[in-house]
Amino acid sequence: MHPPETTAEGPASFGHKRTALGRVQAFLHAYPTMVPVVVLALSLVAFGFIAGERFFSPFNLSLIMQQVTVIGILAAAQSLVILTAGIDLSVAAIMVLTTVAMGQLAVELGLPAGIAIPIGLIVGIACGTLNGLLVTRLKLPPFIVTLGTWNVFFALNLWLSGAQSIRSQAIDAEAPALKVFGQSFGLFGTQFTFGSILLLVLFATLWYLLNRTAWGRHVYAVGDDKDAAELAGIRTDRVLVSVYALAGLVCAIGAWAAIGRLGSISPQSFYEGNLQSITAVVIGGISLFGGRGSIMGALIGALIVGVFQSGLRLAGVDVLWQVFAIGWLIIVAVAIDQWIRKVAS
Amino acid sequence: MTEPVLLARNLTKRYGRVVALDGADFELLPGEILAVIGDNGAGKSTLIKALSGAVQPDSGEMRLMGEPMLFRSPMEARTAGIETVYQTLALSPALSIADNMFLGREIRKGGPLGKWLGALDRGAMRRIAREKLSELGLMTIQDIDQAVETLSGGQRQGVAVARAAAFGSKVVIMDEPTAALGVKESRRVLDLILEVRARGLPIVLISHNMPHVFEIADRIHVHRLGRRLCVVRPQDVSMSDAVAFMTGAKEPPAALAA
Repeated sequence: MHPPETTAEGPASFGHKRTALGRVQAFLHAYPTMVPVVVLALSLVAFGFIAGERFFSPFNLSLIMQQVTVIGILAAAQSLVILTAGIDLSVAAIMVLTTVAMGQLAVELGLPAGIAIPIGLIVGIACGTLNGLLVTRLKLPPFIVTLGTWNVFFALNLWLSGAQSIRSQAIDAEAPALKVFGQSFGLFGTQFTFGSILLLVLFATLWYLLNRTAWGRHVYAVGDDKDAAELAGIRTDRVLVSVYALAGLVCAIGAWAAIGRLGSISPQSFYEGNLQSITAVVIGGISLFGGRGSIMGALIGALIVGVFQSGLRLAGVDVLWQVFAIGWLIIVAVAIDQWIRKVAS
Repeated sequence: MTEPVLLARNLTKRYGRVVALDGADFELLPGEILAVIGDNGAGKSTLIKALSGAVQPDSGEMRLMGEPMLFRSPMEARTAGIETVYQTLALSPALSIADNMFLGREIRKGGPLGKWLGALDRGAMRRIAREKLSELGLMTIQDIDQAVETLSGGQRQGVAVARAAAFGSKVVIMDEPTAALGVKESRRVLDLILEVRARGLPIVLISHNMPHVFEIADRIHVHRLGRRLCVVRPQDVSMSDAVAFMTGAKEPPAALAA
């Protein structure tokens, strides 16, 4: 005899029984950031075994933080846009343009850093706002808009810089404040930079905005279903422009951090930053289809990339296998996202 | 005679050479469920859009509680107390039930945290959402923080109706609320609509489902060729008569004609 079916298939009950795998799926659906957290924990353990004690040395761990600072900040900007179901291919171009603008103003024109830096931040906001206006006013896909502005910003950057780098010594002499985020302080054998602190503060701030303010809820709603958000009374275009503008500001803050990290200003730097930021976001469990995932995932995604690079290097593995591993991480991350989102149907 | 809550006279709306509304009248009385039926292309959706602010008629007048009204957007209609439950529900699937109930009109915390940092009063939003759902007998929904996409179709409809009932101070408009639902879920939603009426809110119900219309409507507005053909009471006519009026197969009795 079969036991009677106990699941009440009433209109208001959740009739379907869940298998163990189904429960995992439902859990991950509710907490999408758990996937990258687990991946980060496992990779830390794995590289601890493979690379030995040097990997877990306070110095190496703080070095990983330093190495992910710039890409992490770009990933924060990228997350904002991807949460609205968009994509921003121009984040690194905005950042490099801003580094050049700050450098030209402070070093070449000799303006005080207190003026050059705010102008640089405004440049970033202006670039982001341009993206936002093109996306909302001309109703073009974000991929196309930012593919175009990536080239435009890169060309402006070459024009403004004359394709010349600004050397570290020149910055030290004229505007040392530009390099403040490269300064480090020792703490229990670690070497943390102010840039790493900036990274953490930035993510905490954005997390607050996205999760604890009405604006943040609207960002998620627009990414989830723009038409529904519009009918619910949200001014979706306004939200989108604000998201792109904020992403531009975050890129400009990243520019300040990047000058500190590199020490110099080069128009050719971070050419792969756009794609690296998308990699961190995707590995961090933020859905490319919008409206799902936590911005903290992008930080963890950036850390995962940093841990892989550091661990494989310490284990003496050729760089090409690092790239190979990151490639598979991206594919697995997106596959897991697709699987998690099936819980809805 | 009681004053209508919502009244429209001689509305016209043209889209190029297509006449969507051709001198349409409309009347919603306090505390009633008024069903609006009509064949496809009869102009009932344009009529509803005009009442909910999504479309501006070319001419004619509309009154809400006797006051002339002219809405330039659905937001203005909402502010005036007319809530619409769209057929697509306008819910954000990945957000929680509480977030959806307050989407676009979130409650902020008092003090500087709310004023300058825009902090949400999540406690209050959860509490009110739970209250509103309980009032309508929807507290079989356990977890107010659950994502809407994990709910069944009927439960989602329930959340959308509860949102409208919570904020609609004067009128609730429902567009095909049972169209996508199975028999049991439709039953729940119809009960829910009756519950909203019991709380004193008049409802405009657009539906193609004649059994549902005849079961819960107090009056039925038959729309045909861009205008109101007649208003009938479900106990006075049969379903087949209503369909015949709607399609033009039969003329309504002169006494009923608008």
